[in-house]
Amino acid sequence: MSDKKKELKPNTYKFDTLSLHAGYQPHKNAGARQVPIYQTTSYLFDDVDHAAALFNLERGGHIYSRISNPTVGVLEERVASLEGGTAALATSSGMSAIFLTIMTLCEAGDHLVVSSQLYGGTVNLFRLTLPKFGITCTFVKPRDTEGFKKAIKKNTKGIYGELVGNPGNELMNMPEIANIAHEAGIPLIVDSTYQTPYLCKPFEHGADIVIHSLTKWMAGHGSSMAGILVEGGNFDWMQNDKFPTMTKPYEGYHGLSFAEEFGPTAFTMKARAEGMRDFGPCLSPQNAWNVLQGLETLSVRMKKHCENAEEMVKYLSNHESVAWVSHPSAPNHPDTKLANKLLPNGKGSMIAFGIKGGKDAGVAFINNVKLASHLANVGDTRTLVIHPASGTHSQMDEATLKFAGLSHDMIRLSVGMEDIDDIKNDFEIGFRAARKPRLVSNQ
Amino acid sequence: MKFKVNGNEVFASTGGRPFDKKKPLIIFVHGSGLTHMTWVLQTRYFAFHGYNSLAVDLPGHGLSSGKSLKSIEEMADWVSSVIDAVGHKEASLVGHSQGCLVTVECTSRYPGKIKTLSLMGGAGAIPMNPELLSLAENNDPKAVDLMMDWAHGPAGHFGGHPVPGLYHINTGTMLAKSRTIQNTLGVDFRACDNYKNGFEAAKKIKCPTLSILATDDKMCPVKEGKKLASLIDGSQVDIIDNCGHMMLLEEADRVLTVLKKFITTNYPPLSS
Repeated sequence: MSDKKKELKPNTYKFDTLSLHAGYQPHKNAGARQVPIYQTTSYLFDDVDHAAALFNLERGGHIYSRISNPTVGVLEERVASLEGGTAALATSSGMSAIFLTIMTLCEAGDHLVVSSQLYGGTVNLFRLTLPKFGITCTFVKPRDTEGFKKAIKKNTKGIYGELVGNPGNELMNMPEIANIAHEAGIPLIVDSTYQTPYLCKPFEHGADIVIHSLTKWMAGHGSSMAGILVEGGNFDWMQNDKFPTMTKPYEGYHGLSFAEEFGPTAFTMKARAEGMRDFGPCLSPQNAWNVLQGLETLSVRMKKHCENAEEMVKYLSNHESVAWVSHPSAPNHPDTKLANKLLPNGKGSMIAFGIKGGKDAGVAFINNVKLASHLANVGDTRTLVIHPASGTHSQMDEATLKFAGLSHDMIRLSVGMEDIDDIKNDFEIGFRAARKPRLVSNQ
Repeated sequence: MKFKVNGNEVFASTGGRPFDKKKPLIIFVHGSGLTHMTWVLQTRYFAFHGYNSLAVDLPGHGLSSGKSLKSIEEMADWVSSVIDAVGHKEASLVGHSQGCLVTVECTSRYPGKIKTLSLMGGAGAIPMNPELLSLAENNDPKAVDLMMDWAHGPAGHFGGHPVPGLYHINTGTMLAKSRTIQNTLGVDFRACDNYKNGFEAAKKIKCPTLSILATDDKMCPVKEGKKLASLIDGSQVDIIDNCGHMMLLEEADRVLTVLKKFITTNYPPLSS
């Protein structure tokens, strides 16, 4: 027998196990192996003292499903565990998660530095809607790392971006931008919808708050809207006086200081206690359960998505009808080195490509593919296509489109899990039609 | 709130209520490498029910300044000084893990000051695994990961935090990594390992004492907790099933219910 001493290793559960089990204990739920759907609005109090304690955050528990719900709570814990976060708060959509995050972080008069390459709806939130609340933004191109630093003002309360920008697939240098944010004493907020925690855990690269549209890859099935914000727990809200609503006594909870009382979970506690109470974008228990079904197979699906995406990158890169292809796995992608560092398990399944023949060819392509679905979603198990300039980003003017790196020949492709040959065959039909754009677009 | 002890600034959470000298004082003492935040599901209740609830950050931990104290005996004296510093003559003590060693020692040294003692996941001695101790003293984050693994029972590893949306293990990890590991966890583990007076100190305790133990506690097993309790006259013992060492989070409601009954009976709150 070897007398070699066995090295101590933590036996906390790993990714695939957490995606199936985290946040749920059957013995506390009548032994139900599957997470039950708590289709209820409200919860009994033991007595008046118990009710007061719950309202006053003296003890944990549920009061009303706008604030929290047991099924939604399992989803929240599960995503927090997968991201390596301390806490999470699920919402009715990805957009409501973004809005709730900003409203928890900022007050009227505050400013944000924001990546210019974002989902079109997010751009409009920052550009047009948040100014109505007195919150202004400066947009910076995702690759302009120094630009993020230069854009920070005295009243800047955070930096916001998508690691891989929608739809152009430009990467922001998350570790360096996190350093810039932290030097300024502000958090970095990352929308990691494209990656899921299987491909990238932003907290390991300096992010402080992570947002997902769970509607996409996390659920995968395209049946349910959901969003979530996740807290990394490492940001020190008390390091400066920029975040008084986190650090000073809060009138809404008998003078509670969220940062003092809840430390690494303070942001989520405030977002729930204040944001869900006052704005109320709660996730339905049924949709939370639907997302949980998808999460169970997250790693298996993401592997297949990435495998198919890399095949499609090769196919498109060599196709006579394609002018250019953008995907972090493409050899000529300017951010390959950064992508290899931040996305070691795969580069995601979003591809942007330019079709020869411009807008008319793009319209013809989209109108003629049969297997790929033309719709305003990404991250479905099925292959999806859209022409951003006339769809997801159509509410942006020409100058904003240009600044965001969008061109009229661009097709956004969300690669699904179908047999790769079937996807390619479908694209051939689209490309054939695109080569005769006038005929097709006049139909 | 902040105040000074031995020239160093001390932070203690008051559970969200202003400190009021007229109310009886409960001091909560955290475990190795952790902070006042581990007590959030106990302190706020007492703060809103007639007590001064003071969850302290030990020196060099959490939001307290100064260097970590190197022995359990020094920590015990420091807790006594906290009582003086906030202008009280007596207090009820609640400790978790290393905090149990500290509060047992403090109660034996200052019997006139301590009115009740509540021990969670306590033992008369907490000898450290040499490899774990070495990792912590060498600032290796693996020490925190190992501690969080061992400190949570099998059920706790799945999560199920009483506060919706919070994930136990990652929250504990962040607390333990919030300051330099070797200066907090490393010093604390060494202090625990060196402390040999727990059983003798326990024999001197005469105040009402409660031990809350957990069946799946690997760090301070039930038999060790019972051994300590058996040395304290009239000590009550409550054992929680399906729970690990982090009972104050894993089974926060159960802990609060037991603690509430024990403290309010033996050290009544200021009636409103």
